[in-house]
Amino acid sequence: MNTKINIAGVEFKNPVTTASGTFGSGAEYSELVDLNHLGAVTTKGVANTPWPGNQTPRIAETHSGMLNAIGLQNPGVDIFIRRDIPFLRQFDTKIIVNVCGKTIEEYVDTVRRLSEADVDLLEINISCPNVKEGGIAFGQDARAVEAITKVVKKNSKHPIIMKLSPNVTDITEMARAAEAGGADAVSLINTITGMKIDIHKRGFAIANKTGGLSGPAIKPIAVRMVYQTAQAVKIPIIGMGGICTTEDAIEFMMAGATAVAVGTANFTNPYATVEIACGIEAYMNQYDVKDVNALIGIIK
Amino acid sequence: MNIKKMTVLVDSQKELLEDIYSMWLSVGIMAEHVKPGQFISVYSNDKSRLLPRPISICEVDAKQGTIRLVYRVVGEGTKEFSKLKPGDSVSIMGPLGNGFELTKQPAILIAGGIGIPPMLELAKRLDCNKTIFLGYKDALFLTEEFELYGKVIIATEDGSSGIKGNVIDAINAEAAAGSTGSVIYSCGPTPMLRAVSAYAKENHITAWISLEERMACGVGACLACVCKSYEKDNHTNVNNKRICKDGPVFNALEVEI
Repeated sequence: MNTKINIAGVEFKNPVTTASGTFGSGAEYSELVDLNHLGAVTTKGVANTPWPGNQTPRIAETHSGMLNAIGLQNPGVDIFIRRDIPFLRQFDTKIIVNVCGKTIEEYVDTVRRLSEADVDLLEINISCPNVKEGGIAFGQDARAVEAITKVVKKNSKHPIIMKLSPNVTDITEMARAAEAGGADAVSLINTITGMKIDIHKRGFAIANKTGGLSGPAIKPIAVRMVYQTAQAVKIPIIGMGGICTTEDAIEFMMAGATAVAVGTANFTNPYATVEIACGIEAYMNQYDVKDVNALIGIIK
Repeated sequence: MNIKKMTVLVDSQKELLEDIYSMWLSVGIMAEHVKPGQFISVYSNDKSRLLPRPISICEVDAKQGTIRLVYRVVGEGTKEFSKLKPGDSVSIMGPLGNGFELTKQPAILIAGGIGIPPMLELAKRLDCNKTIFLGYKDALFLTEEFELYGKVIIATEDGSSGIKGNVIDAINAEAAAGSTGSVIYSCGPTPMLRAVSAYAKENHITAWISLEERMACGVGACLACVCKSYEKDNHTNVNNKRICKDGPVFNALEVEI
């Protein structure tokens, strides 16, 4: 049985990674999860300098979902390179570094500084809905997506994944723009902008007023967008958005995802990533699938 | 001990007051490793509720392998927990957080409302002179159990028991009577903790305060439950300590509340 998949020449032992922001750099979860069982670990977004993030409360639970507006709190790329990469390198898993920035220059600075670092792929976050500048500002206009992809690609020694926002009219336009800009892969979907009001306190449930909705509540939207994107571009897709179970992961792969990322499910079940990796093998056994790649995009 | 998520059985459940419940859980060997002031994540059996509820550990019986949660029903999740019966199963993860450091010096325990439960195991384990201030809105709970471990002074907002007012009023009245300590342990509503911090600073007493915030992961990864710290935190280097991982117990001088 082959569970290996390939994204831009990087071979993952299985299609399962973590969704950025839900898993830190793996250190905290390594007490619960054997990171050696993951295809890749995708880190929390990192910028060229430390970011303090938003005010609290930063999260709120919603029906089958949650809103978050953490605000990309991160230690900056220097501490990240010194501390987090050597930690992750102890494990037999690929490293995807999520990169965020407020300006093109900041993205480029971080990407350049990561060029000498021992990591496998960079995921460029142009879709965070929770910071005023940067993030999503680059992800909602096709020309801007293509432009930032080109610049980042030119400055990176590592393959580039562009992480796309669902908060657009047509995600395939953004995916095509990323492909045209030279992206090696796209990942989708980031969270969907939402809001919750606390009627007892008569205020917003989270300090940022709006937050990104994640969890099983958004899964059908994510599956639809992965499917549409798979019809529109040739580069591989990392699919995410509410994946909690093996069945969810297979659904994303059949819709066209080469790899899948588990995010909010880590909070409900810290073992979700490894359970899904094992579950994919069990599914392959059950249906006599010899190569996991045979599942990718089989729904046309 | 490593953090573990597991399914455990409910040993007993009792309503102490309206909306305040006491539940013992059979957790096995984990009980031996719990420090006072630590908490567990309790997961809903309803799959539409994704996030665990962080609940402090009130008491531990290491021999029986049980822990006790005394919690308030504040929403659908805790309402679900309050309906659990002996023999029912529930998923938990823990033990989480740092817990209180024990002292041998005379200690003052100050707790208010649903901040009272985690102080019980602390009161039990502290081997020193203890003065225990408990603040309630009106009706009392756990009071008699605290009396086993030290001198208990009660304050109620409505004056129905003890001193009429809040715990700070009670402390001031007691301090006037000449009773003091050199380490404060405190858990309760933020305005109370603010007053405790100010009191500790004024009197040059070390104060350990236990904070709460909405949490998602419970293990320090998601950065939802941060508080402002005066020092750079060791995770992000930005003066944001993680309540679930670096806390919930902080030196009052460390954090801005």
